[in-house]
Amino acid sequence: MANPQIMIITGARKGIGRFLAEHYVQHGFDVVGCSRAPSDLQLPGYQHHRLDVTDELAVKQMFLDVSRKFGRVDVLINNAGIASMNHSQLTPLSTAQKLVNTNFLGTFLFCREAANLMQRNRSGRIVNFTTVATPLNLEGEAVYAATKAAVESLTRTLARELAEFNITVNAVGPTPVKTDLTRSVPQAKLDALIARQAIHRYGEFRDIQNVIDFFIQPESDFITAQVIFLGGV
Amino acid sequence: MSSKIGVDRQGILQAIFATIDEINETLPDNRKLEKSAETRLFGRQGGLESLEFVNFIVLLEQRIGDEFGLAVTLADEKAISRESSPFSTVERLSDYVTELLKDSGNG
Repeated sequence: MANPQIMIITGARKGIGRFLAEHYVQHGFDVVGCSRAPSDLQLPGYQHHRLDVTDELAVKQMFLDVSRKFGRVDVLINNAGIASMNHSQLTPLSTAQKLVNTNFLGTFLFCREAANLMQRNRSGRIVNFTTVATPLNLEGEAVYAATKAAVESLTRTLARELAEFNITVNAVGPTPVKTDLTRSVPQAKLDALIARQAIHRYGEFRDIQNVIDFFIQPESDFITAQVIFLGGV
Repeated sequence: MSSKIGVDRQGILQAIFATIDEINETLPDNRKLEKSAETRLFGRQGGLESLEFVNFIVLLEQRIGDEFGLAVTLADEKAISRESSPFSTVERLSDYVTELLKDSGNG
């Protein structure tokens, strides 16, 4: 039997990240998840690291642990993210900084460390997370959408830099999914947003998983620098 | 936890030489690097080309992690902003890594 693939998922304690961790463990991956708070997910094939994705030393230490335990990483899912719905004129700088740090710098840091480890095996798949708020230029999400625009740009450039190592870098852009991230958004705003999609419904975890399945399947080794938005945005 | 076995200048030099062996596997015969303190790694007077140099630094960082259990970032701002590059020769690089590990409390 082939060795299991090693997957890292950030923000794996709850929501989409946890769903993905459970899904890929069930499908034979060894999954290493991380989040700021401890996880109660206990599955054979799953291990959890407690860290802040912007803590460079902690992130490097986690990759060192993965390297020593498994010798490689095959897939990185950069799911960790925070949102803040605020009119730009009422957005504190500290909030903007937190969004940039977690959504952009955290994604960058994990991409960098994963690429360093994937380079050794000359193969790897990186999937980043953006949002439909970016192409829709949603009012009230200026900073959040800007951090994800940065993630999209990073995705496209890394795809070029890392292509020589057979590492693909793509991004998925979910519509609103019922998670903690959307809990604080007023219903009227969510309804208006869903009305702008080609298909008028909430996203489901399985919709996101489906795009990730596509990006990481062996046949997708010619798919890189792509951003797929759900719902027809 | 971090192991400190062999984290001295000699251990670091050996790690650099092992990384040279690794990078040499990807280089044509006429550009293979010698395992000596004077070997130029990067710069106008020869050594690795830019992407080869990136690979070299990444491989060395990983080797330091794997062999010594230390998570280090070699290409930090301090290194990049120095007037004389700590990456230009094997000797300078081993001095720099020794200093870096000492500063981080691992030397």
